[in-house]
Amino acid sequence: MTISRRAFIRGGAAVTAGVSIPGFLTGLVRAQGSGSRALVILDLLGGNDSLSMLIPYGDPAYYSRRSTIAVPAANVLQVGTDAAGRALGLHPRLTGLSTLFNQGRVAFLQRVGYPNASRSHFLGNDIWGTANPAAPQGAGWIGRYLDTLPAPVDPLKAWCSAGELPRTLVARTVTVPAIPSASSYTYSSPNSGAEALLERATAERMATSAPAGQAHVAFVNASLQAALATLDRVATVTGYVPTITYPATALAQALRTVAGALARRIGTSIFWVQTGGYDNHASQGTNEVTGTYRSLMGTLGDALLAFATDLSNQGLLGDTLVVQFSEFGRRISENGSRGTDHGAAAAILAIGGRVRGGLYGTAPVLTLDPQNPTLENNAGDVRYETDFRSVYARVADQWLGADSVALLGGDFRKPGLDFV
Amino acid sequence: MDPEVAAVLPAAQDQRRRDPPERQRGVPRGSREIEHLLRRAGFGMSPDDHTRFGEMGFDEAVDEVVDGPVIPADADQFIGSPGYLGVRLVNNAFLPNTIIADARQRWLFRMVHSRHPLEEKMTLFWHNHFATAYSKVSGIYGSVEATRMMAAKPSEDPGGVRGQIETIRALALGNFRDLLVAMAQDPAMLVWLDGRLNTRTRPQENFGREILELFTMGVGFYTESDVYAAARVFTGWNLQRIGGASDPAGRQVFVYNASQHETSAKTFSFPIYADGTTTIPARSSADGLQDGLDLIEAVARHPETSRRLARRLWGFFVSDIDAPDDTFVEEVAREYLSSGYDIRSTVRRVLTTAAFTGAAARFARYSWPVEFVVRAIKEVGWSGFSIYDALAPLSSMGQVLFEPPDVAGWELGRGWFTSGTMLARANFAATLARNQRNNLVAAARSSASSPASLLFWVLDRLPSVRFEGPEQTALQAYLLGSGSWNGTDAQLQAKLPGLVHLVAGSAQFQFV
Repeated sequence: MTISRRAFIRGGAAVTAGVSIPGFLTGLVRAQGSGSRALVILDLLGGNDSLSMLIPYGDPAYYSRRSTIAVPAANVLQVGTDAAGRALGLHPRLTGLSTLFNQGRVAFLQRVGYPNASRSHFLGNDIWGTANPAAPQGAGWIGRYLDTLPAPVDPLKAWCSAGELPRTLVARTVTVPAIPSASSYTYSSPNSGAEALLERATAERMATSAPAGQAHVAFVNASLQAALATLDRVATVTGYVPTITYPATALAQALRTVAGALARRIGTSIFWVQTGGYDNHASQGTNEVTGTYRSLMGTLGDALLAFATDLSNQGLLGDTLVVQFSEFGRRISENGSRGTDHGAAAAILAIGGRVRGGLYGTAPVLTLDPQNPTLENNAGDVRYETDFRSVYARVADQWLGADSVALLGGDFRKPGLDFV
Repeated sequence: MDPEVAAVLPAAQDQRRRDPPERQRGVPRGSREIEHLLRRAGFGMSPDDHTRFGEMGFDEAVDEVVDGPVIPADADQFIGSPGYLGVRLVNNAFLPNTIIADARQRWLFRMVHSRHPLEEKMTLFWHNHFATAYSKVSGIYGSVEATRMMAAKPSEDPGGVRGQIETIRALALGNFRDLLVAMAQDPAMLVWLDGRLNTRTRPQENFGREILELFTMGVGFYTESDVYAAARVFTGWNLQRIGGASDPAGRQVFVYNASQHETSAKTFSFPIYADGTTTIPARSSADGLQDGLDLIEAVARHPETSRRLARRLWGFFVSDIDAPDDTFVEEVAREYLSSGYDIRSTVRRVLTTAAFTGAAARFARYSWPVEFVVRAIKEVGWSGFSIYDALAPLSSMGQVLFEPPDVAGWELGRGWFTSGTMLARANFAATLARNQRNNLVAAARSSASSPASLLFWVLDRLPSVRFEGPEQTALQAYLLGSGSWNGTDAQLQAKLPGLVHLVAGSAQFQFV
């Protein structure tokens, strides 16, 4: 309490660009790896129809089961064939991602999922968040990682760019700050000058005295405390000038802020970024110029290209890993509304300067046959080939320097899944 | 610090807890139980509410809260009147039936000024339960039509459109089965969960899944094949356009489209009929509407629905800190079933349980952002404040009315609180305190003889989880600052809004 108040009085008032990490945090940030590797988790909310993202355009069943929403083979952006010799192509609007793929910076991990896949958005998200399908409650897998770091954990070790904290980032020992907008992440006062400073100091004193025996009040206090302890550093990001122009989409702007945080080296090494609109039960619009899914792909690919380019220009891409997921894939056959219903396994992607680009795993064969081993649910959905926890294990062991067996409560390491 | 101040403050809070018979301004104040009732079944108590409920016993207050005032009073008639919360007239007009921001202003106005706040509270509860987002509807039908579908009052709409929130309000304390039917046939819902596109040859699972997973029984009590059967049940529950595109009375209405109904039998894993049979029989397409009514009756009757509703009512009215008490769940579930799914009697039951009235429930629920905002306004003051200025802060706090994040509604309890959302709450407290500076000074002037008496005044006006010694010490240190206390208006102008900001922006105030 004393330290943070003193630090505030020394550096807190100067909430202007150019202020770097407050002195008392410098050692902490160094100890926890400032300037080292960053992980960006990208969530496509709603259940991404990855069969429209990474398209098995050589599979006749893809066309017969998706008579209106299949993307014509002539339009896909080819990315070659996978280990089983199945030809694959990107959605035609993923031009940005295609550029990155051709630079060898994108890995597609196919048929990622888990046994008895949940088709519920909420359960699905909790399962991906906790990495625990049997009991998807409590702390998230990244939260548990944060809990293993030596105390005190830098309150800005992780940064959630959504307003709501996802299950993945829920930790026991630290409250990850949710900062949807860096520029409005400030502490107001009805007064100004010294009076306002005194109010902020008072708020800090109150927030740091956790009432005994009242976990709920302590929890809210921790949120306020996390805000007060991080907002000066967050303010340094608002003046960030990127090396390229980002698209105006919310996703691109969120990634721009991440790039700013990395460029300013404020000490954050885990970022959460999300983008919605993927629950396309109706009028999915994979082909139409203004179609829903086509627009989603444009937003995604363009934002990722801008982000990777900006980081690359500053020599930061090698220290950055983006891993994308979505709560489930979608039904293979389109429904009567030219959309797709909730499904099971899906392809996900990883991007970064140290990613070994390419296609991992094998594409599903979409033939409508209940015995088809690549499908489940009477050949309605894609069956998983790679457990999502194997992906987490690779990230934990190779990127975070953690112990995946302890973190995930089991050995999910998978030989050959060496995308990073 | 002045040791006398330290001695006075805990006593001040204790005194409030001991139910002083008179408020400081001589207005009779209600008991702690009634304050608790009004925070949960309403949005807190303004000074006027203290007058209204001041002479009542608890049981009488419960009846008043549940049944509403004897003479119904429509809060809307006061919009724009002096002495009430303001609304902003964008382009010199207030159009809550066609502009969604105005619909939000109107609803928040009702929450502050309604004489039957439980009606608004339950409307909010069901809005979260049947969570429908304006943005999807407006993406398809445009902003005017979407606002009508979400929020129009039928008496003010040229086509008599009853927006979803008005349908919910009319049934908020009615029969749950009727509410389910109304939601299954609600135009905004038919857009939101794609029921309008649910056809015979290609059943659409979206609504069929959510009615089982979210609206009634919940995960674990139905199977995937139940979802597919439910989708078939609701085939042909579509929308129809009445009137041309340029007709101001033109509108989308529910239609049972017999030619799009899938007529074969549908079998479920749970009983559909009272005799325990699990199959909805094959019917002619002309009679197929009955399929959906049969399924709704079945899920309304399902014991897991009664328990799930009881648990949700626990979380809403009693506590989201303590897990639901088994006795409570069984008691409330039984009331729901024995009353024939009557929400009013179920809620009345909730409000009279020992769990609700007991001291452990007090301030044991994380407030929703709209609850925080409305309570802050009722307790701090509103004269000269425009509710429009709460809309952007509410978004930063994580709750935009008519825009739940997804069909499961908002993430409640701890889910409301992140550093960003808590900062937004504290910042709204600053905005409101700044706006109410002069009103506050005028009201507190006679109670400002010492820092302790001013603090007493503020803590009495803004009830919260008790501030312990260290927080009280911090607040006193703030009031005293570096100078001495003289209680002049000049000092109050700075210190009083600052103090109100610190209290309303504290963790302790974020509970109801």
